[in-house]
Amino acid sequence: MRGRDDVVVLGVGMHPWGKWGRNFVEYGVAAATDALGDAGLDWGDVQFVSGADTMRNGYPGYVAGATFAQALGWTGVPVASSYAACASGATAMEVARTRILAGLCDVALVVGADTTPKGFLAPTSGERPDDPDWLRFRLLGATNPTYFALYARRRMDLYGATDADFARVKVKNARHGLNNANARYRKEVTESEVLASPMVADPLRLLEICATSDGGAAVVLASAAFARRHTTEPVRVAAISTATPTYPNAVIEMPNFATDSWAAAAPPERPFKASIAAAAYDEAGIGPEDLSLAEVYDLSAALELDWYEDIGLCKPGEAERLLNDGDTTIGGRVPVNPSGGLSCFGEAVPAQAIAQVCEVTWQLRGRATGRQVEGARVGITANQGLFGHGSSVLLAR
Amino acid sequence: MTKTRVPAVEGWFTSDPDRPALLGQRCAACGTYVFPPRDRSWCPNPGCAGRQLDEVELSRRGTVWSYTDARYQPPLPYVVPGAEHRPFALAAVELAAEGLVVMGQVVPGVSVDDLAVGAPVELVVDTLYEDDEHTYLVWKWAPVAGGGGA
Ligand SMILES: [Zn+2]
Repeated sequence: MRGRDDVVVLGVGMHPWGKWGRNFVEYGVAAATDALGDAGLDWGDVQFVSGADTMRNGYPGYVAGATFAQALGWTGVPVASSYAACASGATAMEVARTRILAGLCDVALVVGADTTPKGFLAPTSGERPDDPDWLRFRLLGATNPTYFALYARRRMDLYGATDADFARVKVKNARHGLNNANARYRKEVTESEVLASPMVADPLRLLEICATSDGGAAVVLASAAFARRHTTEPVRVAAISTATPTYPNAVIEMPNFATDSWAAAAPPERPFKASIAAAAYDEAGIGPEDLSLAEVYDLSAALELDWYEDIGLCKPGEAERLLNDGDTTIGGRVPVNPSGGLSCFGEAVPAQAIAQVCEVTWQLRGRATGRQVEGARVGITANQGLFGHGSSVLLAR
Repeated sequence: MTKTRVPAVEGWFTSDPDRPALLGQRCAACGTYVFPPRDRSWCPNPGCAGRQLDEVELSRRGTVWSYTDARYQPPLPYVVPGAEHRPFALAAVELAAEGLVVMGQVVPGVSVDDLAVGAPVELVVDTLYEDDEHTYLVWKWAPVAGGGGA
């Protein structure tokens, strides 16, 4: 455990999620400006910029670090740009953190932002028969919800999860996000409204699948020494996990056609999704029993239940009980997605993992107005990006 | 005019009308399997230095690992067969001998109500979509009436 030498979150900022239809750079700059203000720093103080890429906004999106640096005004600052699908934000934070830990800089700005089209996330256009993400649409008609639904159906057939359990995750998160000014959807829903929404990919319904959104998020990371001079309420980055799977990954993952084969080598004891947070716990010497809250990637309502088990809140098959006992509701033992989660935000891919860290930071500072987890001391974020990208950030005060 | 029947993807399955099969690869050294087939020769098993993957037909029968359906029309490059979208089921199917789970559409006329985790299914080749000259074929899973797995 690194303790007092941990990298510190000095500032956080977001541009509200929505369907604003403006250029992603505008959201990123707004979030960065907020985060710098929150840190009490000027743009000129930043010694490194780490951008999380967007794949849907042309070349500027592929070089996000440089794009945001140019938009804020070239200062000669070195940049990096990361792409790891939904985990891009965590990878960008890890690039910044390791640069600070290496002693190469004291202050880094991490930014991610996206402008998204309407509807299902579809692959970029053109004939690309060598790209599995293109082929799964062509050969299978398998959208993202297809894969989430496979996991949801397995929970039902293996653990006895019900439609009502999934609906109650949505009801909980809608309530959590009600007063979150950065959330796109701020409206209570009832269980029966969720269950009356159209089926998209059986057993998942429209209100149980997250939308795609525009949004931007930024964090200012600093060395412990620098942070001591600038804040009296440091939030420590106790660990960042950017784990990848261990062969053979025996769980079918988006956008793949098949799993790895376990004919010659046994699957790892911890499936990939469970290994993501485990790597963060291992690095920090902190365990799931220490958590005050968690922000997890609820691409579907049912997927949030998988995460309860994968971040170690309970054993496989026990997530529905945790939910129904109120453990994961604000006021319960370990609230999950107090921000409202993707359910209230929709997904802005490169910004989302950073937004999770913004929320946990506000919670640990006691500034999550209208959704505060009382006495929060330790929080974790977790998500998984396409093509084997794990992402988990463990924060503590 | 008869349309030419062509696979929608080259080299992933055989179209033998009686016993179609997925075409995978097997490492000559460790025996691990690969699907879909790759155009590179090294073994994906990090514990194996094998550099030869041989083409093999995969088991034609398996058991349902999980399943769902597509109620809405998927976006391009999916091509709707026929005039309008009809919901279809999809299944991820476990092949015991190969230690693989393989996705596929389920044949038309079978809904999620007809499927269950663990149910036996077998591979068929069916129409994915058509244009003026071609019928494009793909593998699909079909329930096996009262049959056992593998
Ligand atoms: Zn091998």
